[in-house]
Amino acid sequence: MGTPYTTDSKLDVARIRKDFPILEREVRPGFPLIYLDSTATSQKPLVVIQAMNEFYLRSNANIHRGIHTLAEEATASYEATRQKVAELINSPTARQIIFTRNTTEAINLVAYTWGRVNLDAGDVVILTEMEHHSNLVPWQILAAEGGIRLEFIPVTETGLLDLDIYRQLLSLEPKLVAFTQMSNVLGAINPAQEIIHLAHQAGARTLVDAAQSVPHLPVDVQALDVDFLAFSAHKMCGPSGIGVLYGKEALLDEMPPFLGGGDMIKRVHLRSFETDEIPHKFEAGTPAIAEAVGFGAAIDYLSVIGMDAIESHEHDIIDYAQERLVEIPGVRTFGPDAAYKGGVASFTLDGIHPHDVSQILDTDGIAVRAGHHCAMPLHEKFNLPATTRASFYLYNLKDEVDRLVEGIYKVKTIFG
Amino acid sequence: MDDLYRELIIDRYKNPLYRGVLEPNDISFEDDNTLCGDHIRIDILVNSDDRVKEAVFNGHGCAISQASADLLVESIQGMTLDEVKQLTKDDVLDLLGIELGPVRLKCALLSLKVLKAGVYGLGEASDDLVE
Repeated sequence: MGTPYTTDSKLDVARIRKDFPILEREVRPGFPLIYLDSTATSQKPLVVIQAMNEFYLRSNANIHRGIHTLAEEATASYEATRQKVAELINSPTARQIIFTRNTTEAINLVAYTWGRVNLDAGDVVILTEMEHHSNLVPWQILAAEGGIRLEFIPVTETGLLDLDIYRQLLSLEPKLVAFTQMSNVLGAINPAQEIIHLAHQAGARTLVDAAQSVPHLPVDVQALDVDFLAFSAHKMCGPSGIGVLYGKEALLDEMPPFLGGGDMIKRVHLRSFETDEIPHKFEAGTPAIAEAVGFGAAIDYLSVIGMDAIESHEHDIIDYAQERLVEIPGVRTFGPDAAYKGGVASFTLDGIHPHDVSQILDTDGIAVRAGHHCAMPLHEKFNLPATTRASFYLYNLKDEVDRLVEGIYKVKTIFG
Repeated sequence: MDDLYRELIIDRYKNPLYRGVLEPNDISFEDDNTLCGDHIRIDILVNSDDRVKEAVFNGHGCAISQASADLLVESIQGMTLDEVKQLTKDDVLDLLGIELGPVRLKCALLSLKVLKAGVYGLGEASDDLVE
């Protein structure tokens, strides 16, 4: 079985690239864009851009409560995306899909609502050493305000979570285990199902930061049995400004609201209000409507191609990239073997700062990221101020890995 | 952009002339550029007439941050502290001889920030010092 984008279940990358107008751009004359920064944000296919244009050109109106045609069309499009998200991650219902601004806001929503009600001083929350700041700082704020205790699953030298220590930490009877399904620095794909199962056995709730997993591999919230899961549209071919919180229905029903305002209420009096039902309870104010429309188009696009095919393509690329990178004298790569990771290659080059590497690669049109990638504690652990990160998505070619490798040799030449 | 890595910058990065530590010293200050992980410390010995007798820098980071520190420290040898206080962003860019975008400007100006915070005797370095 294939899609128009696959032959023998291999992605037809040349065809996919035609859908992304930005990939035709030259960064400098003679140097076409080689975009290896999709972990930060992905590029957008024309169908997504057109869907948003079309919305503004034909259907723009505020959603809900409008009785006119445009308001009904806008509401239908917005809610259709909720349904598409539910299908993508196999949520039992669409009402369990809450739109937020991004992954960060989704995690903050859980911390500020579920966390404030359910976590008391001394309660343990288990995180990991490989978390993005978005899954550290909200819990640190609760720790500072309410005295909850944070514990961390360590990262091993090979860039994986130490599950033996995790099992020991579970004896502390944590209230919550919150972790990333795929590290944005190491690329490590964590055994989410096992981590969640163990957490539940210990009586803890679970939250998965799926910002890097949902865009790159099939994710099934019912198979995972996860309590909360968060991700962003902009890393999966959609626009920035919209993200998702999935939650188990009973939990979401019980949680207090997050932001107060229009749309999240059933009734308002001068001194009191009644909250609306989920998902609206958590969606105060006018949301990112055009972005929801674009997000819907992005999910359609990825679904036609197939998440399995995307995952398998990225696996081929990272396998090749790891192989080519370690051939270069002075290059040190981070993270587990390609078998345990997604399309992220973080590396250092002896004696040359990642910013210099990135800046010189840019002169050849190669976009990589340099810095701590919003994971300072992880870099501290490996005693690194920063790394250079090349990341891959469905539109990347092995040929681009070759160009990256040539670029790194050029950096070495410049620094002699 | 290629000339961002002109010979002078690579040379001063690889073979700095003023890298070191002065202990004891009259002025010492250090700060980080957390965004990139650049770190610069500058130590100064001052003459009785308030002139820089000797100045050195130490630290780690990108070529721009380290080369700019080496060139800046070179430029203040023998200067009066009042003259050091008058140094600006443009002086550093003249020393480097390149144009920089907003992100790399922070790398280039870290050493000036550290130097001025030290000479003014401030507890903390602020971006206002290099505006």
